[in-house]
Amino acid sequence: MPDTPAFSPAALGELGRIVSHYPEGKQKSALIPVLHLAQAELGGWLSVPVMDYVASLLSITPIEVYEVASFYTMFNKEPVGRFKIETCRTGPCALNGAEDIIGHLEATLGIRDGGTTPDGMFTLQSTECLGACGQGPVIMVGETYHELMTAAKVDALLEELRRQAATMPSAASTATAAATTAATAGVK
Amino acid sequence: MAQRKMLLEYADNPEARSLEGWKRLGGYAQVESILKTRTPDSIMEEVKSSGLRGRGGAGFPCGLKWSFLDRKSDKPRYLVCNGDESEPGTFKDRHIMERLPHQLIEGMIVSSFAIGSKHSYIYVRGEYMYILRILEKAIDEAYAAGYLGKNIFGSGWDFDLSVHPGAGAYICGEETALLEGLEGRRGNPRIKPPFPAVSGLYGCPTIVNNVETIAAVPYIIAMGGDAYAGIGVKPSTGTKLISASGHIRKPGVYEIELGKVSCEEFLHSEDYCGGPSNGRPFKAVIAGGSSVPVLPLDLFVKTAAGVPRMMSYESLAEGGFVSGTSLGSGGLFVMDDSTCMVRNLWNLARFYRHESCGQCSPCREGTAWMEKLLERLEAGEGKLTDIDLLVEISKKIEGNTICPLGDAAAWPVASHIRHFRHEFEHHVRFPEKIRDPKHNVAAPIPRPS
Repeated sequence: MPDTPAFSPAALGELGRIVSHYPEGKQKSALIPVLHLAQAELGGWLSVPVMDYVASLLSITPIEVYEVASFYTMFNKEPVGRFKIETCRTGPCALNGAEDIIGHLEATLGIRDGGTTPDGMFTLQSTECLGACGQGPVIMVGETYHELMTAAKVDALLEELRRQAATMPSAASTATAAATTAATAGVK
Repeated sequence: MAQRKMLLEYADNPEARSLEGWKRLGGYAQVESILKTRTPDSIMEEVKSSGLRGRGGAGFPCGLKWSFLDRKSDKPRYLVCNGDESEPGTFKDRHIMERLPHQLIEGMIVSSFAIGSKHSYIYVRGEYMYILRILEKAIDEAYAAGYLGKNIFGSGWDFDLSVHPGAGAYICGEETALLEGLEGRRGNPRIKPPFPAVSGLYGCPTIVNNVETIAAVPYIIAMGGDAYAGIGVKPSTGTKLISASGHIRKPGVYEIELGKVSCEEFLHSEDYCGGPSNGRPFKAVIAGGSSVPVLPLDLFVKTAAGVPRMMSYESLAEGGFVSGTSLGSGGLFVMDDSTCMVRNLWNLARFYRHESCGQCSPCREGTAWMEKLLERLEAGEGKLTDIDLLVEISKKIEGNTICPLGDAAAWPVASHIRHFRHEFEHHVRFPEKIRDPKHNVAAPIPRPS
């Protein structure tokens, strides 16, 4: 990641569109959507420089960004793999085998819940209720829900994600670069 | 009684997803006529007489909530739609937003007109980002058609609508925490009063309503509040979406006429849950999202007095929290006899600990203690005194926090122990029998007769 984070022109356009949703002088309201944008655009997680950049974009103080980024669980405070695999573990999903799905992911990828594969491809994260209780167990990857999961469907999903990564290597290298800077960044 | 489809009439029709398709189904014609022929006050009156209750979980009368709006204030007014659906077991708002985005936009237009909001927001939980995209596309279509923006439908009224994402915080389903999120802050609930109707978004008079509540408003205005009040069994008027999951054959979102479907029928009818998925007997039901008291099967289908229970606010509440429960959000999940109730409660306790915003000590500390005690019990390392200690902690949380998350965390603990104490004692007395995490599957814990 470059030392000074900066949005692409397209992301700056999206920033303008988001900020326009709120009244004059209330641009702080745009913070959560802009943090989503920054995370997607700038390496998959919110480093201190990225959060400071967001603060400057919205003319608010850095602490106002840190306190929000640290509150909401969807914001990654440390580097994650190219694909963050989030498995719902709550209530109805647990009744329908979520623990087995999480166990299968851990065994297949050789990492524990919360960990990232050494190649920077996958991060595993069990998560609380995703609101897909009738179709559990459910896995969320990015903006996509994968429902009624079984071990076989998990294997197929991992294969599909690897295929995606192979056809779009640039984003993968960004994520890997982010993962390798993890130790030095020291941000949590 | 089979489903009474009002809100969900077109849920399975792909036409409903685009503006052109929605119009072919009759969409937006009503809205135009309402804006041109009705006054805000008359809409408020219809909603009041309809008896519509908030569909998010608390069941507070919608018309009454609207009447609290500070009308003397010269500040702008806001309507905020709560699409932060996060209560375990609840997935009904997703159904509306994903399949019927224009129905929700219609509800936002009519409700905002009644309240006097010139710019309203739909707050969608961050995990539903793909649904947020669906709503944004539908909103863009509505702007292009002149149904949003300046002088909508040529009515002379200007109205803007935006969506706002959350980012993974159950607490933002609480209306003042939601407003904090909308203002770009941590989701810490505000101290009330003042209520949002007086001081909400940006300190302005604000109404926060659930997705299902707002989606029902155009139907109420179209048929008249009194006609709507004729549906269901007073004071549970209208229809309610129930999202059903767990060990049932037919999980999904169902629309019922309130008070007309018995709990027994809901569990076993082919129109609804369709009975058990694994051929095992049902053991327990959580009727309205994970925070409402769990009931053993017998108390779910019949009250303690032996009266068959119906799917309505009043019938499910019969017996209070001793032998009854609550319709809540309509997030119903069913457990068969392979379910360990200690493990189930541990799972829910972990959820509430994870989602506590940390602002109030009883909730922040209490939810963590409850999770730890339950983890210990489920591991076979608990003591009999832990069971009463859990109840005691839950009582110390309940009613002692700024927002209802504390209560929501306390009720499952109190009710699981009230109705399934023998399972907790079994875990202490026979630790060797519960070592396997799937202990109940092979040998369900018998209920003492």
